[in-house]
Amino acid sequence: MSNILEVKDLNITFDTYAGKVQAIRGVSFDLKKGETLAIVGESGSGKSVTTRSIMQLLSLNANIEEGQILFNGQDLVQTSEKDMQKIRGKKIAMIFQDPMTSLNPTMTIGKQIAEPLRLHQKLNKDKAHDRALELLELVGLPDAEKRMKQYPHQFSGGQRQRVVIAIALACNPDILIADEPTTALDVTIQAQILELMKELQEKINTSIIFITHDLGVVANVADRVAVMYAGKFVEVGSVDEVFYNPQHPYTWGLLASMPTLETSNSLYAIPGTPPDLLDPPKGDAFAPRNEFAMKIDTELEPPMFKVSETHYAATWLLHEDAPAIDPPAEIKARQKLYKEKYAALHSKGGNL
Amino acid sequence: MKNYMKYFGMRVFYMLLTLFLIASITFFLMKLLPGTPYTNQEKLSAEQILIMNEQYGLNDPVPVQYLSYIGGLFVGDLGTSFQFDNTPVSQLLSTRVGPSLQIGFQAVVLGTFFGIVLGVISAMKQNTWIDTLSTLTAILGRSIPNFVFAVLLQLLFAVQLGWLPIALWDGGFKSSILPTLALAIAPLADSARFIRTEMVDVLGSDYVELARAKGLSRWGVAFKHGVRNALIPLITLLGPMAVALMTGSLVVENIYAIPGIGEQFVKSITTNDYPTIMGVTILYSAMLVFIILVVDILYGIIDPRIRVSSEGGN
Amino acid sequence: MGTQDNNPVVDQKNKFSSDMFERVSGSATEDNEKISAPSLSFLQDSWRRLKKNKAAVVSLVIICIIVLLAFAAPIIAPHSPEAQITEHSSLPPKVPGIDINGLNGTAKPGVERIDKYAQVNAGDDVYYLLGTDSLGRDLLSRILYGTRVSLIIAFVAALFDLTIGVTYGLISGWTGGRIDNVMQRILEILSGVPNLVVVILMILVLDPGITSIIIALAITGWIPMARIVRAQTLKLKNQEYILAAQTLGESPWKIATKHLISNLSGVIIIQTMFSIPAAIFFEAFLSFIGIGIPAPLASLGTLISDGYKTFRFLPHLMWYPAGVLCILMISFNLLADGLRDAFDPKMKD
Repeated sequence: MSNILEVKDLNITFDTYAGKVQAIRGVSFDLKKGETLAIVGESGSGKSVTTRSIMQLLSLNANIEEGQILFNGQDLVQTSEKDMQKIRGKKIAMIFQDPMTSLNPTMTIGKQIAEPLRLHQKLNKDKAHDRALELLELVGLPDAEKRMKQYPHQFSGGQRQRVVIAIALACNPDILIADEPTTALDVTIQAQILELMKELQEKINTSIIFITHDLGVVANVADRVAVMYAGKFVEVGSVDEVFYNPQHPYTWGLLASMPTLETSNSLYAIPGTPPDLLDPPKGDAFAPRNEFAMKIDTELEPPMFKVSETHYAATWLLHEDAPAIDPPAEIKARQKLYKEKYAALHSKGGNL
Repeated sequence: MKNYMKYFGMRVFYMLLTLFLIASITFFLMKLLPGTPYTNQEKLSAEQILIMNEQYGLNDPVPVQYLSYIGGLFVGDLGTSFQFDNTPVSQLLSTRVGPSLQIGFQAVVLGTFFGIVLGVISAMKQNTWIDTLSTLTAILGRSIPNFVFAVLLQLLFAVQLGWLPIALWDGGFKSSILPTLALAIAPLADSARFIRTEMVDVLGSDYVELARAKGLSRWGVAFKHGVRNALIPLITLLGPMAVALMTGSLVVENIYAIPGIGEQFVKSITTNDYPTIMGVTILYSAMLVFIILVVDILYGIIDPRIRVSSEGGN
Repeated sequence: MGTQDNNPVVDQKNKFSSDMFERVSGSATEDNEKISAPSLSFLQDSWRRLKKNKAAVVSLVIICIIVLLAFAAPIIAPHSPEAQITEHSSLPPKVPGIDINGLNGTAKPGVERIDKYAQVNAGDDVYYLLGTDSLGRDLLSRILYGTRVSLIIAFVAALFDLTIGVTYGLISGWTGGRIDNVMQRILEILSGVPNLVVVILMILVLDPGITSIIIALAITGWIPMARIVRAQTLKLKNQEYILAAQTLGESPWKIATKHLISNLSGVIIIQTMFSIPAAIFFEAFLSFIGIGIPAPLASLGTLISDGYKTFRFLPHLMWYPAGVLCILMISFNLLADGLRDAFDPKMKD
């Protein structure tokens, strides 16, 4: 499969009163046609900034210091605002976190869905209306004809998110960026929305970048997972690799803090707080919170170590000179499960 | 819809109640006032005063006077002026409504229009020189009293440059320019400030970001999604603006010698023409109460959130 | 699934000295979570933010200077504000040691510029820094005293707004229910009356004077304060910490003083700061239409009004008091704006 999007060594800073905040510090990844990449991390890790930089919708005090964002070979960082307007909504679309506020309260739903159609596909009013109606039905809103004329406050949160998805899919975009699309929704509605996104992805074969801080959601939707910490990717791999053979202590922490059926006593919590990105620490940004930290962690930033063809992690623990350590029991159990599965697959000649 | 009619009915009831209370209070306050309505009392004999009192109904007991006054209000009778040879107050005022309305209307339209333009531009170009300029205009407009501004304009454009009449009202457009400008500064300052805050709010909203993600340009978003949503709450400014205009018209009409309500009001105050003072009081209150009602209804019509929630009562 | 060739991938065999891989004890959690910034109370924090607003700070300084000068008027005024020296009437400003037209005691009534002071045979040591009016009264002294009157009216009226408005708003918002409903209806009716009309009627009934102007301004001025305090109280009432205080059995009086007032202080200060320039304006306005402070007392409004009558011949009589009025208004408005931004950057109006 070919790469539809390649992000290379992206560095983004924000000018604030206190100084320059280094929000993104050398992020690189690629996105393949039709795949779903989940970016996981806690608040402030730079997930949303990464996606907004792809849309070129960063706030005015943001600077892209370095790096390329290649969309079908075209560098979006260098693309003019005018040309970006032809890409946004048409080639790359976005779904936002809070459906309660992301629709214009004084415009009918029909008009809001028709807007990108009229803008990009130059449809006339009637055709745009018909297509908008189709989209509403596609995202599973009953009584679409009547609902076209209604305003956002007449819709529930889940319904609104369906509308937002309809808007995003209006022009069959190549990439759909979903920024925590289910965070603001009830758990039962979350499942419905995830189901809908998966279903629609198959229908129109779009690639999805799925931002979330909820690892539980990731397992359901993603093909690959990238774990982000303090403006960097710390571990990238397939869902199986990251969930069952995690290498980075931060990923361990994330997984251990996620409740599972086996969780019997108290949940694990990663100690400490994320570093201040106004003045990022020397070495590995996670070191102060890492119980397995070594001297080198406080001096040198770890590069991406290769675990498998698809699996990389940025931790000195993967260096051959690193001492053997004893990962938390929870992680060991996962790795054991992974080894069994891996062995089973291999004996059958299967592939991951 | 039924709920809405009920709400509307309540509003009209309160409006009439307000007016009734104002009329009553004004009436009794006037009765408390010292002094006499006749300008050159010393030239009148006791007999003449008696005849005139009879003529004005001032010999009746106060409750009777009160009832007849309130009764008169229902048929548009505001009593008789003590000055101007027994002209009915309603007639006196009706000849003066025209110029006041003309200037007030021009000032509101001009002021809000440029206020909106200024507010939108400064919200779009936050923290640039044009934003600073607009903020400065708003502060000056709010701070410089309109009579000082009116005199400044008069000095500059009429006295120094001689482009426009100093204080000559002929009902034409040219003679209305300076008074309109003097009155327009307040609505301009208020609406510029208001729209800027609203626009900044709207521009930072999630739905504007979504609209940008759809591929709309910054200005495209500002016009299609921003301005409309920022303008809706501006309607609520109409009431305070009307009050400011009434206040302003008192001085501005005096400075430019415009035969309007404001000028008449000041004249009546200085000559103790109580029926006319009461008439203007009731007229001003009626206008304000009416504007508040209209704003309320307009708001319901324009904002779909309110519109639908009131229909939702069915 | 393709390679990750974009990332700087380092060979695992890169050599480092072995001590580099020693474990360091310690997740420095405690240090990590220490908050280094000093904790500030709400008012301290607001004050810190206000100090960053240059316009507001300059305004505050200007206001302080004007207030000081105005209240020191009996000490610093060069002449009595009411002393009429008829031979020195209508003199232009003359400042010792300055020879700029307009400030050197000369005027140009016709073609030629003449020394007005010489014309009236005023001695060489006679200076009227801002000139005199048609009755020969020193304008500077009158402005100092007039500013004092205007400020007294504004401060006292604002104090009334504050007490009446806060009390009304607190009661209405806190009690809620039927009492709130009735109080709201009353406010609704009152707001249908143009304040202009009330003020004028009150002054007619009470006879013009400082007291009547203050009363008239106080009668209408408290309404916006009451509204804002009520809205804010309603909002606060439903906050969880108030509920918590109630559940813990704190007395309503203590809740009102400890939780409500401290959280309302922001809006109250802002609203008061806006009501001061409003009162200054209204006093000037009333004086301008001729029902303000009666002579011989002067306020900024009466000075402007008197000056306007002769402003084509003696413009300085109007412009100096008008200038002081404008500077005061601008400073108060800028300071109020600054305070609003400092207390709550998101609060509107």
